[in-house]
Amino acid sequence: MVTRVGIEVSIAVAEAVKLANADVIAAYPITPQTHIVEHLAELVADGELDAEYIPVESEHSAMSACLGSAAAGARTFTATASQGLALMNEVVYVAAPMRLPIVMVVANRSLSAPLSIWPDHSDMMSVRDTGWIQIIVENGQQAVDNTIIAFRIAEDQKVLLPVMIHQDGFTLTHVIEPIIFPAQEAVDKYLPKNRFPLPLNPDRPVAMGEFAPPFIFTETKWAQEVALQNSKKVIIKAWDEFAKAFGRKYMPVEKYHSEGAKVLIMTMGSAGETASVAIDELRKEGMDVGQIRLRLWRPFPFQELREAVKDAEVLIMMDRALSYGGPGGPVASEVKAALYNQTKRPKIVSYVISLGGRDTTVSGFKDIVKQGIEIADKGSKNEYEIYGVRE
Amino acid sequence: MEKYAIYVPRLVNKEEKFAPGHRACIGCGEALAIRQAFKAMDKNVIVVNATGCAEIFTSQLPNTSWELPWIHTLFENTAAVASGVEAAYKAMRRKGAKLPENTKVVAIGGDGATSDIGIQAISGAMERGHDFTYICFDNEAYMNTGVQRSSSTPFGATTTTSPSGKKSFGQVTWKKNMPEIAAAHNIPYVATATHGYPFDLMEKVRKAVNTPGPAYVHILSVCPTGWGSATDTINRQARLAVQTGIFPLYEVENGVYKMSIDLPRLRPVADYLKIQRRFRHLSDDVIAQIQKRVKQEYQKLLEKVNVTKRTKSKS
Repeated sequence: MVTRVGIEVSIAVAEAVKLANADVIAAYPITPQTHIVEHLAELVADGELDAEYIPVESEHSAMSACLGSAAAGARTFTATASQGLALMNEVVYVAAPMRLPIVMVVANRSLSAPLSIWPDHSDMMSVRDTGWIQIIVENGQQAVDNTIIAFRIAEDQKVLLPVMIHQDGFTLTHVIEPIIFPAQEAVDKYLPKNRFPLPLNPDRPVAMGEFAPPFIFTETKWAQEVALQNSKKVIIKAWDEFAKAFGRKYMPVEKYHSEGAKVLIMTMGSAGETASVAIDELRKEGMDVGQIRLRLWRPFPFQELREAVKDAEVLIMMDRALSYGGPGGPVASEVKAALYNQTKRPKIVSYVISLGGRDTTVSGFKDIVKQGIEIADKGSKNEYEIYGVRE
Repeated sequence: MEKYAIYVPRLVNKEEKFAPGHRACIGCGEALAIRQAFKAMDKNVIVVNATGCAEIFTSQLPNTSWELPWIHTLFENTAAVASGVEAAYKAMRRKGAKLPENTKVVAIGGDGATSDIGIQAISGAMERGHDFTYICFDNEAYMNTGVQRSSSTPFGATTTTSPSGKKSFGQVTWKKNMPEIAAAHNIPYVATATHGYPFDLMEKVRKAVNTPGPAYVHILSVCPTGWGSATDTINRQARLAVQTGIFPLYEVENGVYKMSIDLPRLRPVADYLKIQRRFRHLSDDVIAQIQKRVKQEYQKLLEKVNVTKRTKSKS
C-alpha cells in the first residue's frame, strides 16, 4: 500500500533506509544530519530495523567502520555533513577504489571557518574527486526515493561503487514535506539482496587494500575510472525502473521549461524549487527563460548537459560554493569546460549564491536572471558574480 | 606457559597462516611475532591491518603473504574498520546469512598506528565493546618511514626525529604505556608478550582471540634495522627487555593483574641498552635515570598484581 504522509525529511530518509533493510549503520552526530541518525537509532532500538548501529567516536571512524562492514558484505549506511565530511575525507577516498558499495547521505552545510551550521555546497565540493557516485536532490520525495535507489546502484555487480546523496541541510533536512512512502514489498522487489562478490570470509580468503607500486597503480586507477563512467548506464536504468515501479522519474539533468528557451539557469539542490517559481513569474512577464537542474554530479552527465543547453544563448550558473582564488563556482567551471569545445554554446555567467544558509528568494532569482542577461550581453570585469554580498 | 614448555612440539600448530616469501628485513622481530601470533589462532580469522611495516612487507599487488581474509585501508582507522567487520557479521548472521561459524576479527598495527595516530579509534572500539582482538606489534618507532620517534619510543633512544646531538641524548619522553591505557578501558583481556617468549605469546594470543569482547595484546617486536642491533640475536634482545624489567610480561584478566614470569631479581638495564646502537650514546647518568624509572614502574606493576589479587580473593 502506498501512503502519503507529512513528515520531516530527515525522518523520512531514515525510514527509507529502513525500507532498504540496511544491515549496518555507523554514524557520528553532526548538525544538520542528526535527525537522520537519531531516527535510525530509534528504529533499531525498537526492533523495527534489524541492523547493527555503531555509535562511533568520530566521522573518520564512521566511514572506516563502513569500509569494514561493506567489505564483509553487509548493506551499509551512514550520514554526515560539513566538518564531518571533511574529517572523514581521507576515508571517503578509499571506498571507491576498494569498490565498497556504501550509501551516504550528506546534509550539505558550509565548512568552517567561520563556523556555520547552515547550508551551502562547500562540503559537497570538498569530495568532488573521491570517485563516489554523487546525486543531488532538491526535495524530500527525491531524498527518500534516491536513498532506496542508491543501494540498488551501489550494490549492482556492474557498479560496486559508493553512492553519496546530497541534500541541503535545514532547508531540506529539517522541513516537513508530504512524502509518498513506497510499500515494503515493492521496495523488496525493486532492491535485490546485497550480493557483494568477494566479501571478507574465512572460507574464501581474499586480500583487500594491498599497496600498488608504479607498475600497476595507473591500471588500478583506470579500472576505478572506467567503473565510474560505466555506472551511468546502470544509474539511468535504476531511475527508469524506479519510474516504472513507482511513477517518479529522475534524470541526470532535469529540465523545467528549458526546451527552446534562450536563457537558462542551472541549479543544484533545494534552491532549485525557489528558482522554478522565479522562472514561472519571469515567463509570465514574457521572458524566454527556463531552468535545468543537475541531478547527477558524478559521473558528470556531459552528453545530457550538452543536449539540454544546445538551443540556449545564455546559461546562468548558480553555485553554492566558492573556489577561492579560482574561477568562482566549481560547477560553473565544470560546465564551461564541458561546453568549451562545442561549436554552438551559450555564454556562461557564473553566480555564487546562498553561502552559509543565506536565502536567495524568488525576487533574488529574478534579479539574478536579469543581471545575468545584461552581463552576458555587456560582459563583466569579474570572473564570477557573488550575489547580494555587502562589500 | 608451563603447559607449552612441556608439550612444545606437539602443541604448536604446524599450519602457517602467514606464508613465507614476504619482504621483511632480515631478522625482523615483527614478522616472527606475526607468524607466532597467527599460529596460535584457527583459520576462522579475518585480519584487519593498519598501514605500516607489516602491511607493506606482506602485501603488494597482486601478491599476498596471508592465508587468511585480510583487509588494509588506512593507518589510523584499523580498530574502526574491525568494528565494522564485527558488526556486519553480527547483523548478517542474525538476519540469516550463511556465514562460517565463530568468526574472529583480529586487528593488527604497529606502535605508531596504536599509541599515536590510531589511539582514538582503538579507544572507541574498546569502549563500544566490539568482539575483537587488537594486537600491537611494537618496534618502538615509525620503522616503515625510516625510524622516526613515536610515543612508544623509549627514553634515551636516538631516532631520526629524536636524534642524539650535542644538546640532546635522543628521546626525552618516557614510553607511553599502551597496555595500561587498554586496561583502563576495563576490557576483559589485556596482555603483553614478545617473540622472545614464543609460547607465552601464543598462549596469550589464543586467550585474547577466544575472549568475548575486546582484547588487547601488546607485543614487543625487536627491529634490528631501527634499533641498530644484531639480526641473529633478536630473541635474546627480547628476553633481555623482559629480564631487565624494561618490558614486563603480564596479563590483566577481568581487571586482575598477573605476572607471566617470576623474576627474583631484575638484570641491570645496561645489559639490554648496550647491545643496541640506538642507546650507545647514553651517559651513565642517563642510564641511571632509566634504571631508576624501570624499577619504579616494575614495582608499581607488582603492586597492581598484589592489590587486584587481594580484591579478587575478597570477592
